[in-house]
Amino acid sequence: MNNLVAMPLVLPVLVAVVLIFFRHSPIVQRVLVVMTMFALIAISSVLLRDVHEAGIQRLDFGGWEAPFGILFVADPLAVLLVLVANIVTLCCIVYGFRSFTLAYEKMFVYPLMLLMLAGVNGSFLTGDIFNLFVCFEVMLLASYALITLGSQTIQLRESLKYVLINIVASWLFLVAIAFLYGTLGTLNMAHIAERAQQVGADPLITTVALLLLVVFALKGGLLLFFWLPGSYSVPPVPIAAMFGALLTKVGVYAILRTFTLMFTTHAAVTHTLIGMMAMLTIVLGCIGALAYRDLRQIAAFNVLIGVGFVLLAVGANNETAYAGAVIYTMHDMIAKALLFLIVGTMIYVTNHTAYTDMSGLIRPYPIFGWLFFIVMLALVGVPPLSGFPGKILIGEGLIASGNYVMLAVGFASSVVVLYALLRVFLQSIFGETIIPKEEKVRLPKTMLGVMAVLGALSIALGAGAELMMPYVLDAANVLANPSIYIEAILQREG
Amino acid sequence: MMRINDVILRTVARFIVFIILTLAIYLFFAGHYSPGGGFIGGLVIASAFVLLYVTYDIEKVKAGIPIDFKVLAAIGVFLAVGTGFSSVLFGHDFLTQVAKDFHIPFLGEKELGTVMIFELGVALTVVGVVMTIIVSIAEGTEDEWKR
Repeated sequence: MNNLVAMPLVLPVLVAVVLIFFRHSPIVQRVLVVMTMFALIAISSVLLRDVHEAGIQRLDFGGWEAPFGILFVADPLAVLLVLVANIVTLCCIVYGFRSFTLAYEKMFVYPLMLLMLAGVNGSFLTGDIFNLFVCFEVMLLASYALITLGSQTIQLRESLKYVLINIVASWLFLVAIAFLYGTLGTLNMAHIAERAQQVGADPLITTVALLLLVVFALKGGLLLFFWLPGSYSVPPVPIAAMFGALLTKVGVYAILRTFTLMFTTHAAVTHTLIGMMAMLTIVLGCIGALAYRDLRQIAAFNVLIGVGFVLLAVGANNETAYAGAVIYTMHDMIAKALLFLIVGTMIYVTNHTAYTDMSGLIRPYPIFGWLFFIVMLALVGVPPLSGFPGKILIGEGLIASGNYVMLAVGFASSVVVLYALLRVFLQSIFGETIIPKEEKVRLPKTMLGVMAVLGALSIALGAGAELMMPYVLDAANVLANPSIYIEAILQREG
Repeated sequence: MMRINDVILRTVARFIVFIILTLAIYLFFAGHYSPGGGFIGGLVIASAFVLLYVTYDIEKVKAGIPIDFKVLAAIGVFLAVGTGFSSVLFGHDFLTQVAKDFHIPFLGEKELGTVMIFELGVALTVVGVVMTIIVSIAEGTEDEWKR
């Protein structure tokens, strides 16, 4: 029992409710929200230490023991992702202080962001598959509200698509859970894993696994991503950054969790399929990133490439690849948040959305220009930056398992990302300055500061990978050896 | 708008609303060990309010029930999560509930539990959310974005 495990879910919900009472005083809201985020970062750091020192932490809600009650499980993977999610959210919220208008602040934008974070954290931490569904819904309901906030016509069009797709996916999720419960008679993830191993390669379980794969692929943007680029480009910048950084990662996490813990018996079918889907996602993502001139679309397609790259690790299905997947997911959350914020800021200062309409931004905004350079190198995976360790480890894992085609596609995508972003960099950051001095839009220090912090984090995660490695290896160990997770949850049964 | 002759509706509603509210309270307390509970109780309370909205116009009901339903929902969530959180303060698992027997005059031995406060939170949330949805659909958008 460790009550800290529930705090990443409970604290944002409680504070979000308190913020509603302070609807008309944005200053109070801002102070409270920043305090909460720092508290959450502290809590997840403490949890990370606990998990590293004492093994997997758990909390049985109301004292009802597994597999009968619902529980939260803090395993290394979940805690690492919660930590990064909280840091990224803090950055997006602080960026929002400058970019949200008063109307947004009065229309509960901070409570909604906190509620979405609560859903994200809950999805990472829960140890019960029905509870995973509930946390998904918490996150999605908040995101429905956030995507429509502002009431612009284009938001209506995109949010309709977004809401419908997600409702269908949620319905499929429920159906899959019902099948799972009908087959195995339990909803506790560790218990499901144990029983699935006893049953062996049962076709019904594989069917359920594939159904869940469709659901998570829809939510995480794995191959079934047709809704994503449109929806992620309509909300305001900080919200889009949160979407791009966090929402798809929850789908990725769900795939990693279910297919390393629960559905391991038919790896030849399921894991190969995931690898194939990841490969296709990368190829299509690359085509999209090259095809568009709208910066928001380029950023959205970069999200897809990231998702595909992480899930190549499931295709490789060994511990090295999983270690790479863990650290690459962390990197991707930071880098994608930074990319969305930078792209949003470029649009903010130039009032254009296509990169071909901008030029020479580095002269009026030198630090900003170099930040773009950093995020580009990080996404490509150049050594001192955060993309590098993840790419190397996933690459090693793919070689070890003999998936050379996936390896080639994965690393070719780095080159495409480099080309797609370098194009933008040369055209709009370098090049002739077309903005006259007197028309220069002031770039608020808060915005620049937040982006600099994210850039620094990206460098820190890359250069300090050695420091993070013990935690990442813990996480990969649990992913590769599901029995550790199962024993930690069901220990009291034996 | 043309005035509709709704004398019967208005007369009946006055009585029915109280019957519905009584049923809601019964359902709320019955929920401890038998079908019922905060969610259903809240829905029934909301239905009583909706009946008032249908019978009288929005302004009149607002004057009679001067509650911001969004805030009501927030209070509800706060109560529900707060009861879960209070068990953390006493060093138990999150959401642990306790119950104790009390002797209440006229009613006899009754078991009272912290789960009651949790359920009250659920009920308030349901009332708040349902009423917010229905009133927003009836009223159209809020004025915040028009400025």
